[in-house]
Amino acid sequence: MKILVCAKQVPNTKNVTTDPVTGRINREGVESILNPDDANALEAALEIKDKDPENVHVTVISMGPDQAKEMLNECLAMGADDAILLSDRRFGGSDTWATSNAIAAGMAKVGDYDLILGGRQAIDGDTAQVGPQIAEKLGIPQVTYAEDIKIDGKTVTVKRQLEDGYEIIEVQMPCFITCVAELNTPRYMNVGGIIEAYDHPERITTWSFDDVDIKQEETGLKASPTNVFTSFAPAPKGAGVMLEGTDQEMVDQLMASLKEKHYI
Amino acid sequence: MARVAVEDRGAWKGVWVFAEQRQGELNSVAIELLGEGKKLANDIGTDLSAILLGENVGDLAKELIAYGADKVYVADDALLKDYTTDAYTEVIDQAIRKYQPEIVLLGATHIGRDLGPRIAKRTTTGLTADCTHLDYDTNKYMEFLHGITSATVSQDRIDANKENLKMTRPAFGGNLMATIICPATRPQMATVRPGVMDKAVKDESRTGEIIKLDYKLTADDIHTKILEIVKSTEKKVNLTDAEIVVSGGAGLGSADGFKLMQEFADTVGGVVGASRAAVDAGWIDHSHQVGQTGTTVKPKIYFACGISGAIQHLAGMQDSDIIVAINKSSIAPIFEVADYGIVGDLYKIVPMLIEAFKEYKAEA
Repeated sequence: MKILVCAKQVPNTKNVTTDPVTGRINREGVESILNPDDANALEAALEIKDKDPENVHVTVISMGPDQAKEMLNECLAMGADDAILLSDRRFGGSDTWATSNAIAAGMAKVGDYDLILGGRQAIDGDTAQVGPQIAEKLGIPQVTYAEDIKIDGKTVTVKRQLEDGYEIIEVQMPCFITCVAELNTPRYMNVGGIIEAYDHPERITTWSFDDVDIKQEETGLKASPTNVFTSFAPAPKGAGVMLEGTDQEMVDQLMASLKEKHYI
Repeated sequence: MARVAVEDRGAWKGVWVFAEQRQGELNSVAIELLGEGKKLANDIGTDLSAILLGENVGDLAKELIAYGADKVYVADDALLKDYTTDAYTEVIDQAIRKYQPEIVLLGATHIGRDLGPRIAKRTTTGLTADCTHLDYDTNKYMEFLHGITSATVSQDRIDANKENLKMTRPAFGGNLMATIICPATRPQMATVRPGVMDKAVKDESRTGEIIKLDYKLTADDIHTKILEIVKSTEKKVNLTDAEIVVSGGAGLGSADGFKLMQEFADTVGGVVGASRAAVDAGWIDHSHQVGQTGTTVKPKIYFACGISGAIQHLAGMQDSDIIVAINKSSIAPIFEVADYGIVGDLYKIVPMLIEAFKEYKAEA
């Protein structure tokens, strides 16, 4: 069985700070990480491989600059067999529609995949659109928000998370599953794996625009149907009141204010 | 690619909202979309339609009209009883191609976020995810922009995008806001965060047109099989509609702290929320999470207890009418958005608040 795992290198948005004066993001010192939901997708693939190591092959696929190889090495050190990086300026500036065309073209070149796993969404864009759009481009079924995955031959049974519960969905391979954090706990890289990944750079294959079957009107900034009109820092709210005094005095002041302003 | 030349845009008319239903019940986001869709339709000078898929959903179609839909496009079919990606994408894509709406809005629910990208790809148009603000009218957009930032847009760019929907959403984990346009393709599609837009007002006397959709769909088109749909056995957490939210964070120190949060919530008639830190620690179920990756809330009063105020949390609660923050650290970022800040031990303050609310209720 051949499993493809979609992975993205993202800035760790949890640790981002904004400059209080300019309202701009302080990009310096923001580390790049493997997108958290994608780590869950990779873990799911590796758990399938653990059960049948001889017959399961896990390939990680990503799109991004050369720097993304750091993240792919991390995936290899976790246990992936090999990795593909789609890297070319002609892919740059793509929105989700154009990104999905490029990644789907890479997957079409791989060809003989059975199962594609990806994270629900990336923490820099939070769109959750690229996975379903790749599935649509490849013409295969999708199941999103997977919090449990069971494999039986070519049949995949997914517990799909809903806001008010869950549903159990059965689907046949090849299919695309997007994974949420509740699915599993991603393993750590193993030391031998880290050394091996750096000793064998050939395990990462880089494909440019010319290596895959795609046209410029399908990918890149100009091909993207959506573009940014403007971007800005979110508005800070006006300063409130810090209550003072003893605990009881602060509680009394709060109750008085809430009553006075008819909030209660 | 369904690029539409500027002179042909006129053929794409009307605002559509996807009327998400589960087990025959309208999702509240559908009513929020009708509220927002009506504003956009009025600004454009066009009509508002809902597209409704399901089985035996005739009553829902009437409800959608009462909530402001001028037209309801209905596909009533056993194959559409429960949501499946394949069936819903197929039917909605066919309807979009036939009727050519200018704008299509979906709720950013677990269904809308599964369906939206698939439709946009098949229809070959753009989709903007998780929007929190929409404008068609350029003056209204500039007013919105100037109200929150000194950032501006050149007059040329404004003029060139008079007839494009301006779709604003948080990005970069809530650290940045971005307004997105979809200038060259139609329809312009967006998923909208639940709980953000104002609900449409129901008026049973309203009339509208119900249009039966004509489409091709067979069981063979559906490649997934739903074996079971399970509603969570835990009491449903309805954070979105709560008037008071009592949220706990890392400062609670343990899962036990949520017992105090529950007691507080029960006393004030509110619902318990949580920060991502508390959910990640396994103290409380994800369904309680408020924030960028959880639920967006805007209650009358939001109590943040032991929550430091990470940007991703603020993104989900900063529009609350009144924010009360209780935290040990006077420099916690939550105090920057709080209307009332109390520096202290929540295990001392909250029991006092519970007592104060009990006394207040006894007096009232």
